[in-house]
Amino acid sequence: MSETAQHSAHHIDVKEFHPRARAAIHNPQIRQNFRKAMDGLMTKRKSAFEGWDLETLRDLGANIRLRALANLPDLLEQLEQKLTENGITVHWATDGDEACEIVRDICLARNAKSVIKGKSMVSEEMELNHYLEEQGIEALESDLGEYIVQLADETPSHIIMPAIHKNTEEISQLLHDKTGTDLSHDVEYLTANARLQLREKFMNADVGVSGVNFAVAETGTLCLVENEGNGRMTTTVPPCHIAVTGIEKVVPNLEDVTALLALLTRSATGQHITTYFNMISGPRKADELDGPEEVHVVLVDNGRSTIYQDDELLDTLRCIRCGACMNHCPVYTRVGGHAYGTTYPGPIGAILMPHMVGLDEGRHLPTASSLCGACGEVCPVKIPIPDLLVRLRQESVDGDTVHPAKVAGHGAKRSTVEAMIWKGWSWMHARPGIYRLGTALGARFRKLQPGKIGGWTQYRTAPKLAAKTLHERMKERSQ
Amino acid sequence: MVDPIKVYPAKPSKVYFYGTCLVDMFYPDAGMAGIQLLEREGIEVIYPEDQTCCGQPAYTSGYHDEARAVAKAQLGLFPEDWPIVVPSGSCGGMMRKHYPALFKDTADDVKAAEIAGRIWELTDFLVNVCHIKLDDLGEPTTVAMHTSCSARREMGVAEVGPKLLGQLKNVNLVEQVRAEECCGFGGTFAIRHPEISGAMVSEKVDTLVDTGAKEFVTTDCGCLMNIDGYAEKNHKPVTGQHILSFLWERTNGDGGKRS
Repeated sequence: MSETAQHSAHHIDVKEFHPRARAAIHNPQIRQNFRKAMDGLMTKRKSAFEGWDLETLRDLGANIRLRALANLPDLLEQLEQKLTENGITVHWATDGDEACEIVRDICLARNAKSVIKGKSMVSEEMELNHYLEEQGIEALESDLGEYIVQLADETPSHIIMPAIHKNTEEISQLLHDKTGTDLSHDVEYLTANARLQLREKFMNADVGVSGVNFAVAETGTLCLVENEGNGRMTTTVPPCHIAVTGIEKVVPNLEDVTALLALLTRSATGQHITTYFNMISGPRKADELDGPEEVHVVLVDNGRSTIYQDDELLDTLRCIRCGACMNHCPVYTRVGGHAYGTTYPGPIGAILMPHMVGLDEGRHLPTASSLCGACGEVCPVKIPIPDLLVRLRQESVDGDTVHPAKVAGHGAKRSTVEAMIWKGWSWMHARPGIYRLGTALGARFRKLQPGKIGGWTQYRTAPKLAAKTLHERMKERSQ
Repeated sequence: MVDPIKVYPAKPSKVYFYGTCLVDMFYPDAGMAGIQLLEREGIEVIYPEDQTCCGQPAYTSGYHDEARAVAKAQLGLFPEDWPIVVPSGSCGGMMRKHYPALFKDTADDVKAAEIAGRIWELTDFLVNVCHIKLDDLGEPTTVAMHTSCSARREMGVAEVGPKLLGQLKNVNLVEQVRAEECCGFGGTFAIRHPEISGAMVSEKVDTLVDTGAKEFVTTDCGCLMNIDGYAEKNHKPVTGQHILSFLWERTNGDGGKRS
């Protein structure tokens, strides 16, 4: 942690998952918006993969990511060397605060007053907008969804579709209130107006900030996937372009990108290909007409190298940020992204964020799943998300002496009462005689069983013990 | 996740039956039905008396020491190399998939892996090992089916239930929308996050009611308890049954009387 950057203007308390989830559950508009959006995305993904050997493609994707991660330190060195050869300045940041400072220093050196941004989840991790604001530098989001959440003074609720929690009515009202457009449900009209507003900003911005989808080590190429053209504008119109990326986004060569791109766009929005695919390999050359004068890359660690050191948790870093796990998560569908209070919501957020905020802060995240496995089933690079959720649950209660917990803040969720309950449960179930006696007694006195069992009977009747256990019936049968 | 390749054994003369704690205490009929279906296929069923619970509740809650102590008590129950059949995708998944991870770096790792390799979800076993042929003796009816997430995704048996029901000539199987979506049970999840779980099960019940079927069958007692319990409390016109009870009742020739 560096000293200067204790900025947390919009810090949401991660610990407040329960009340936020409850509020979302009881908000019919949120429920309806997400259900509709997620149903649509699931259908689109399915049809986008029709005719493909999806399992083989997922294996390929997983293997590309695993190979890249296996050689991560070497690939990063190679990437730095190639980027530098291409005329791109490389910066390393250990955490979000340091990354913010690097961006600030670049802006100061250019006397920049305004920054236009393409979509970047890492910049959300860094809370870059608020940091720059504090420094007197305007930072405007140019992705339409990001622009909308910025106008609403909110954070993204999804990593691909940041404003998916809002419907047309809400967006129309917001644009009317903040930018003076007419109240209209005509999406074309609203989009055209937002585009006009953003165009002006693009032309006058001093610096463009973008994310990176894939950083190719062999060629020093930054790949950027987008649909709106704002990514292209951000990276070419302002005289200076800063790309911020997590260190795990590196892949060995361009060939790897083709398979990952095919998986990414289909998994994310059900598109065979996006409208734009930018490949940035350096600043404007002497004989070129456009492009930025300088290009910087900020390689952000922010907890990733710690995850990297654990054989199991390492799989988290395979993620290519498609959001398919969110789209298919029954919990995310019910509560929406904001309930999580984290930069990355949903299943991937539940396994990634504890490393960024610690398990003391993020201890509810791994429990916010029924372990249904839908996330693991759709993950294009086969991250075993349910297994990692169980691992983090174990970490959060320090529940394993054979494989001791390691993640920062481990044990924060352990309570004496809960630990005692599991100890008692374990004691009984590890002793067959006691178990048989206990269950037989339960069956005998089943009329006495409580009619209310905490959260269970809030929505359901209590389960009914049978008159005789299977053990008893089998015993009778053998006699 | 689903094993990349599932190699079914030849039909054995004997199997171990692992009843699971939910079946033992709440749904023994389903257990008896499973046992009788196996016996009707000419298989001798061994029911190890000392079985208790697979350890899953503690495992998914993060209390792995406690889960391991319970799981360890099950490891010695299956000395012969017969298949171990389980009337639950969830407990089957725990034993087949998670035992090796739970016992990793312990003295029981080989034993756990050996047992994991012999675990079969019972409906999968009936179809793909016993090649069961069902003769439907019941009245015409319409049912929906809910396949548990672990049966679907961990044990890879989503196709099996419909295959079995498809053999019953008087049963009209209808599919609800979002059939593959979780019912919201998730073990302790239902207690830790009651509102989210409640929202999930309410939508699940709505989709089942929308099919018009008055009854549904499922592979797992956890889902059954959850869906049925919600429907009962909220007076929804649908009731559930374990798929094994349903199959036995319709094919055993005693007029649908419970075993």
